[in-house]
Amino acid sequence: MNLNPDSNGFYGIYGGAFVPEVLYPNVLELQYIYSEIIGSKAFVHDQEQLLRHYVGRPTPLTFATGLSEKYGARVYLKREDLCHTGSHKLNNVIGQILLAKHMGKRCIIAETGAGQHGVATATVCALMKFPCKVFMGAKDMTRQQPNVFRMRMLGAEVIPVQSGSQSLKDATNEAIRYWVANPEDTYYLIGSAIGPHPYPDMVARFQSVISREITTQLTSQEGCANPNYVLACVGGGSNAIGAFYHFINSSKTRLIAAEAAGKGVGTGYTAATMAVGSVGVIHGCKTRLIQTDDGQIVEAHSVSAGLDYPGIGPFHAALRDANRVSYLSITDTEALTAAFDVAKSDGIIPALESAHALAVLPKLQLKSTDVVVVNLSGRGDKDMETYASIDATSMP
Amino acid sequence: MIDNRVFREKRRELLSVYFPAGYPELNSLPDIVMALDGEADIIEIGIPFSDPVADGTVIQAANTRALANGITLNTIFAQLRYVMDRIATPVFLMGYLNPILHYGVEPFCQQVASLGISGVIIPDLPLDYYEQNLKSIFTSNGVNVVFMVAPNTPNERIRRIDSVSCPFIYAMSSFAVTGGNALLTATHASYLERLKGLELRNPVLVGFGIGAPDTLAFANSNANGAIVGTAFVNQLSNAATSTEAVRALRIQLGLDINHKN
Ligand SMILES: Cc1ncc(COP(=O)(O)O)c(C=O)c1O
Repeated sequence: MNLNPDSNGFYGIYGGAFVPEVLYPNVLELQYIYSEIIGSKAFVHDQEQLLRHYVGRPTPLTFATGLSEKYGARVYLKREDLCHTGSHKLNNVIGQILLAKHMGKRCIIAETGAGQHGVATATVCALMKFPCKVFMGAKDMTRQQPNVFRMRMLGAEVIPVQSGSQSLKDATNEAIRYWVANPEDTYYLIGSAIGPHPYPDMVARFQSVISREITTQLTSQEGCANPNYVLACVGGGSNAIGAFYHFINSSKTRLIAAEAAGKGVGTGYTAATMAVGSVGVIHGCKTRLIQTDDGQIVEAHSVSAGLDYPGIGPFHAALRDANRVSYLSITDTEALTAAFDVAKSDGIIPALESAHALAVLPKLQLKSTDVVVVNLSGRGDKDMETYASIDATSMP
Repeated sequence: MIDNRVFREKRRELLSVYFPAGYPELNSLPDIVMALDGEADIIEIGIPFSDPVADGTVIQAANTRALANGITLNTIFAQLRYVMDRIATPVFLMGYLNPILHYGVEPFCQQVASLGISGVIIPDLPLDYYEQNLKSIFTSNGVNVVFMVAPNTPNERIRRIDSVSCPFIYAMSSFAVTGGNALLTATHASYLERLKGLELRNPVLVGFGIGAPDTLAFANSNANGAIVGTAFVNQLSNAATSTEAVRALRIQLGLDINHKN
């Protein structure tokens, strides 16, 4: 399967750049400079230095003794939770901030759901001395409070978004509106594998460092480069595409993405785009999304702010149609259970998003020789309030 | 029957007025259209969408309200079927791409054509995608598409847009979403001057932030006319009747209130 979109940014029928004319020069400029810079020695050097000395890469590939025993297989955790700022999101913003600097942009904007992308963006903006505005749904600001404080402490302006579902979809709308009104000096730093071309490809490539490292680490730790399974959670799809990237053409490896079922796929309170969505256009790309019979985009629902999004990246939509990646729906309850389990079995508190990937483990028929890599996209510090409220009531 | 003579014959000080279908009430459309008939040169009806990324807060809120009222594309077509024979002013539909794609481009075009709609404006439909994938469907059904230009659109691209757009070009006044206040600076005048200098085949109507005598005069003197949206939506939410809203809008724009075009 081709890992690159065509020259118009399409993966088969998905992708493209569905932006108002005012943003056309922006995406064109970005496509041009991105393709020019991505292979340049200077860029790759700067990126590698930052990934190593600032982000803390490579992140460990931890053999999870507790999970391995419980599921009767060789389970590894790719520790993106140990990246600086606590999630995989920093991998992508390092690449994009270097690009923004190269393009001579003067101000950075970003959308955020869980706040992890907002924190990552605020972090590199502090590092590179860019003014930074982060759009965040008012509901998400409440449920991910610690990240709001972090962004402000880093010097970013956090702009509450009151429209619609007050979550990631609306934060993205608001960021696009700001971009429309300020196309000349503003760089829009998108946080997931979504948006108009070239963002989905760019984010996928910046995140592909995850699967590149897994290949090397497994070779030295397991004696084989390709695992039997890679599991990752999927909101817009950046950590998943990064964890899958180098295995997409490895027929031995089953790739499984966990999307958020929320209260359940049939309940109407869900973010399970692949399960209940259909083809449409959202936030500048053609992909699959959750919509009504009249083509109105539906508000998603998930306990996890980072997965609470009614769309999914276009590359994922193409991988689904090609039957290359399986998309499983994980409910709020299943994710919460998985989070509490891994905390006790392996001494790791995962982000609620990542807990969705862990919740896939009990659904697999594993053999003792199977090598399973779960991408632990982030740590659970930001979710302590949610965990605490659950723990007090129902969890073992 | 499509009657687009104003674009050829009057071609100056054209006034296009926008409002979203289903607003303020589900069935307001026919009444508003009849009130605008003869008071505006062009009527632009918005197809409400959940995620209007080119719109400011006023039109966003009107879209949300219209959707809560239960508006759908089929309802809009039914309302238009009733009203189109009763008016003489050209009607355009303006809507984001997703609801149109979901309805099906072919059936959408068939409806639009059978209703005698003068054209459609789809702000998030890129020119290139249109030309490669959708143009044949629109043209075989005889449906016009109006494209937009912005202050940062290069001349060669404006010429390409001019060759595809029909029967006018929608010029975004400045870098803004709808509902701001168009800036009357030398930069903006020179952008419109640049458009004029290209001697385009299409008349150019300026939209986004036009809602006062000065911004209207600016659009009229630097282009072929203006598009007014947010100002009219605000009047619709304040006025008791559609006729009063139209009258209030004309006063707000400094236009003669007894005038019939
Ligand atoms: C820890 C973590 N994992 C996953 C996600 C989901 O995003 P994506 O699907 O782009 O990886 C988020 C988003 O905020 C996150 O914070």
